[in-house]
Amino acid sequence: MNTSVQSRDSLIGRLRWAFSDVATITQRNLIAVMRVPAAIVFVILQPVMFVLLFRYVFGGAITAPGSSYVNFLIPGILVQTTIFGAVGTAIGLAEDLARGLIERFRALPMARMAVLAGRTLSDLVRNVVILIVITVIGFAVGFRPTGGVIAYFQASFLMLFFAFCLSWGFAFIGLAAPNSETAQAMTFPLIFPITFASSIFVPVETMPGWLQAFANNQPVSQAAAAVRGLMLGTPHGNATWWTLGYGIVFLAILAPVATRRYRRAA
Amino acid sequence: MTQFAIEARNIVKTFRDGEVRALDGVSLNVPVGQVFGLLGPNGSGKTTMVRILSTILAADSGEAVVAGHDVTAAADAVRRSIGLAGQYATVDENLTGFENLRMIGRLNHLTKAQASATAHELLERFGLTDAGQRPAKTYSGGMRRRLDLAAALVAQPPVLFLDEPTTGLDPQSRQDLWVIIEELVASGVTVLLTTQYLEEADRLASQLVVLDHGRIIAEGTPADLKANLGTTVVAVTFASHHDATSNLHLIRDLTKNEPNIDGATVELTVNSGPQVAADVIRRLDQANIAVVGLALREPSLDDVFLNLTGHKAEEVVA
Repeated sequence: MNTSVQSRDSLIGRLRWAFSDVATITQRNLIAVMRVPAAIVFVILQPVMFVLLFRYVFGGAITAPGSSYVNFLIPGILVQTTIFGAVGTAIGLAEDLARGLIERFRALPMARMAVLAGRTLSDLVRNVVILIVITVIGFAVGFRPTGGVIAYFQASFLMLFFAFCLSWGFAFIGLAAPNSETAQAMTFPLIFPITFASSIFVPVETMPGWLQAFANNQPVSQAAAAVRGLMLGTPHGNATWWTLGYGIVFLAILAPVATRRYRRAA
Repeated sequence: MTQFAIEARNIVKTFRDGEVRALDGVSLNVPVGQVFGLLGPNGSGKTTMVRILSTILAADSGEAVVAGHDVTAAADAVRRSIGLAGQYATVDENLTGFENLRMIGRLNHLTKAQASATAHELLERFGLTDAGQRPAKTYSGGMRRRLDLAAALVAQPPVLFLDEPTTGLDPQSRQDLWVIIEELVASGVTVLLTTQYLEEADRLASQLVVLDHGRIIAEGTPADLKANLGTTVVAVTFASHHDATSNLHLIRDLTKNEPNIDGATVELTVNSGPQVAADVIRRLDQANIAVVGLALREPSLDDVFLNLTGHKAEEVVA
């Protein structure tokens, strides 16, 4: 017992326990995901539906620049799905708050940011699983990325990082919402414009001029352009750097804001 | 070191920009190794007090020291010295009993081996070994409260906060929990217990305060409280409300407390229940008044409130 008390006060000791706290919470969230199989099926089914819907229902009506629409679509769906994962971040935290678990965590000598970091990290792990599933489904419906394996991994890491940074904003929503239903409802006015008014599903050139100005420059379009360019081996300008930059800025702003909210969440 | 496990001075907490005064200058001194009761109805400020003392919530003003540490200046040191269980702090329904306790152990910075060993010990001590591998959502209310209490004990804290630990439990589960709490106190732990039940405070607490609208309206031992109040309530039911009010003068002098008229029933809080009951019957019989019912019961929190404040323990919508 004595050794742990001493190590607590050193910076290294505090950091070690902060990592341990984050790992404990991440593990706890992942166990919960495994225990509710219906939730996993739903989480995976939704993007699969999007793939099938846009590939076979809307796809015929959309002309994509360059290669086939399916090659345009799948990188976009991947970006959209990883961003949609953040809705789960908001719901998960709102549920923990409503059930009184956050109350218990706040009375424990654990790192303050561990509950939020554990949540965003476990949702990142969930995103990795979804990314693999959608990649497989994508290949099954005719997706043929030509950018090479290394670029595919680069694109995957880029979108996971981008979605992770954004999810801190949704963590804030989860803590600010009165319950999980409201939390879910609150995410939609945010998540629909940024994913649909973007280059995820359709080329931006087909939109009206006023919308193009937004759709072309907003962060999600940059992420979609970077991921698409990397996966297909096509030129994408500075989109990768813009995506990384947006991610870092989001994280730098949203993480402290969410943590501040956590400190005073009732 | 002080002789008090918990010291609070003039704690004030308002909600909704000062509109609701949840706590209006509450001070407590909780001696080491006792159960200290916070008695009051819903909305009286009990839970707010517990949340402030357990570092979950910051007070607007006032000072509090728990286990020798200031709750604002040394919150982490306080958190290492306390356990929290009750109606609002809860267990994770998706995790098994074992996983819940191991998680709390890890978050209290026990090693993995320590956390697992402690989890097994506590499951056994609380009769949950068989249920330990099942998700907590399959537990009964009583099992959940025991797991919740076990979670509060993982780090062997010297100070425990139990926030309405038996609210909503069946009588047997309540009895079981009382025995566990008594054993904890016998081992030297200090307990701050909040409750709506006079019977529970009477059974467990060495000292208590009664809260009403964020203020302490009475304090002392349970015996003090009851000595002022009387130990038995005699409930006399007349044929009608009119009968009850018009014949009250016949029995009014049998109690020194204010009688409570509820419909056709008159309630007298007294010290010698059977004696007063006999007097009531005799007097009303001599006056030829029909008595529909006569009952003796223990005083409830409502009776305490009526006696102390002149109003019933009303629920305040938070």
